[in-house]
Amino acid sequence: MEDQNKLLDKVTKSEYQYGFVTDIDSDALGKGLNEDVVRWISAKKNEPQFMLDFRLKAYRKWLEMEMPDWAYLKIPEIDYQDIIYYSAPKKKKELESLDEVDPELLSTFEKLGIPLEEQKLLAGVAVDAVMDSVSVKTTFKETLAEKGIIFSSFSEAVQEHPDLVQKYLGMAVPSTDNYFAALNAAVFSDGSFVYIPKGVRCPMELSTYFRINAANTGQFERTLIVADDDSYVSYLEGCTAPMRDENQLHAAVVEIIAMDRAEVKYSTVQNWYPGDKNGKGGIYNFVTKRGLCKGESSKIFWNQVETGSAITWKYPSCILLGDNSVAEFNSVAVTNNYQQADTGTKMVHIGKNTKSTIVSKGISAGKSDNSYRGLVRVAPKAENARNFSQCDSLLLGDTCGAHTFPYIEVSNNSSVVEHEATTSKIGEDQIFYCNQRGISTQDAVGMIVNGYAREVINKLPMEFAVEAQKLLQISLEGSVG
Amino acid sequence: MLIVKDLHAKVEGKEILKGINLEVNPGEVHAIMGPNGSGKSTLANVLAGHENYEVTKGEVSFFGKDLLDMDADVRSKEGLFLSFQYPVEIPGVSMVNFLKTALNEHRKYRGKDELKAGDFLKLMKEKKELVEIDSQLTNRSVNEGFSGGEKKKNEIFQMAMLEPKLAILDETDSGLDIDALRIVAHGVNALKRPDNATIVVTHYQRLLDYIVPDFVHVLYNGRIVKSAGKELAFELEEKGYDWIKKEVGE
Repeated sequence: MEDQNKLLDKVTKSEYQYGFVTDIDSDALGKGLNEDVVRWISAKKNEPQFMLDFRLKAYRKWLEMEMPDWAYLKIPEIDYQDIIYYSAPKKKKELESLDEVDPELLSTFEKLGIPLEEQKLLAGVAVDAVMDSVSVKTTFKETLAEKGIIFSSFSEAVQEHPDLVQKYLGMAVPSTDNYFAALNAAVFSDGSFVYIPKGVRCPMELSTYFRINAANTGQFERTLIVADDDSYVSYLEGCTAPMRDENQLHAAVVEIIAMDRAEVKYSTVQNWYPGDKNGKGGIYNFVTKRGLCKGESSKIFWNQVETGSAITWKYPSCILLGDNSVAEFNSVAVTNNYQQADTGTKMVHIGKNTKSTIVSKGISAGKSDNSYRGLVRVAPKAENARNFSQCDSLLLGDTCGAHTFPYIEVSNNSSVVEHEATTSKIGEDQIFYCNQRGISTQDAVGMIVNGYAREVINKLPMEFAVEAQKLLQISLEGSVG
Repeated sequence: MLIVKDLHAKVEGKEILKGINLEVNPGEVHAIMGPNGSGKSTLANVLAGHENYEVTKGEVSFFGKDLLDMDADVRSKEGLFLSFQYPVEIPGVSMVNFLKTALNEHRKYRGKDELKAGDFLKLMKEKKELVEIDSQLTNRSVNEGFSGGEKKKNEIFQMAMLEPKLAILDETDSGLDIDALRIVAHGVNALKRPDNATIVVTHYQRLLDYIVPDFVHVLYNGRIVKSAGKELAFELEEKGYDWIKKEVGE
């Protein structure tokens, strides 16, 4: 056992690869939050009245709310007055081509291995790069525009398509939904907006790369994806962040609305700075993600690979309102060192013949805690609702924790809800077997973990799957079991 | 190629090997026999570098290098192969991916380029025929859902892919029916060359009808108590191990 721990130690201790800081001027507001700050942000963004009303309602509600404490997390005291609520890279002028983009920014993307140039040339991926809080560059817009697809920064959508924003904003995640969602609604600075018109199949994967950049700037992104009747879109979100000593708060909101027979696939690879190996620093990630299967036979899929953040509080959920609607949640969550994750999903069945599937794979190493928390609720009128949940936990070593908190509430007799759960440890016999064939311990762990998570990784779009595999291995470097 | 001198090893604090001496030269087949609990599998695992086994005394040289100083993966890349008694399952890791990684690690170690996907698959096809292993199996995850016999065949298949200088077959015959035994033995014999060697660890003489040893050693209570030619195996089969126990004075 001692040897195993030594081995574990050896493999879990490698430093965060993407820890670097880009030096770009920020147009930042001072620290602190009050109603004037909310008004300032709204005015700064030249928003219509309905946006200000949305923000103020949320802010006033937020003042009355308390931070949730039910998660299996130890959250240090957060001083909300010690946070800068708005920061935007200074805009020089409208950019015509990539040559005009700040070279610092471009090199940041290159370090991440995702140069915009290549993105443009390769794969047909349209990139809406979110650097801090304002979208800097949007590509492929013309191609998308031809099909009537709107893919823009949230601020731009507010200016150019206020009707659409007003119609759908808050439909899946109301401004006062929970503490962090309310905070986001009050102060969010930007994000992405997607609208797929009726009958349109989005011809490319849409992706956004988030990076948190200015020191002490909480990042409050808001993404709204609307898929109108008979449309399809696959959206990718990937994040890495620079190394930081101080904790950074992130409270994003993602809303998806799928109308009749529409299908939305939302894939995330999340790799925010998790803190160093002693648990210092790292991102606090309190995210509200929810999809509304509004129309009949609509489909929403959440696929996620979570390796980053010091604290993760995240439950991508689906409300299956339309009859025959389908929802899936496929997740791999890795925690190492002192990371804490309380993540899972909620599937709320309201429509008839609705079907949901949950596959959650937790991997814990180091001294981390990894919890799955899931709710499956079947409403009284959800005839023939079906749910299948599978929650697996994999432990590397014996100083980490894995916890499962499934909640099932069924109010309809014709529904079927199944739950399976397993907990396993990476066996040293498996590692020795790999060693004996010439594979180093570190590569063996990467291989075994990727095998364990394969079911979920296979659901990711190709280019993401490759990145995710690398990420799993990097995240667990130094942490063999 | 392999010289073992006065090897002592402990597992979970208990001394299992109490002074093993053994020399294996290229082209030779050695059989190590002995009753249950005599230390046969321990010897195989110690040579392969399992971390649970602690070497307390003695030395092992492999082509002049200190084997005990190498990590398990390095021993493999130096040409030592262990066919496991109980091969583990690795869910979700395909045989193709596993073997490709292993083979390329070996090639890298020898300063060779990685094998191209096409060449790798060609090699796999060729070696699969040798052990008559079903393509269905190599398309699955490592050992997952394999029967006992399939697992053993898969071990020999991997051995064929990696072409070791020294192969240690740990109870490869256990759990095999007579047909599978023949196939496995055929694979082992087909891989035999003047520059490689095999150590067959077995409880029964049965396997030695197919893989004919040059030397037979009897391991008892952590020591090799008797070494002779292949006729020793027949003698053991006939008389059982009690005869050896008496001979060493117990």
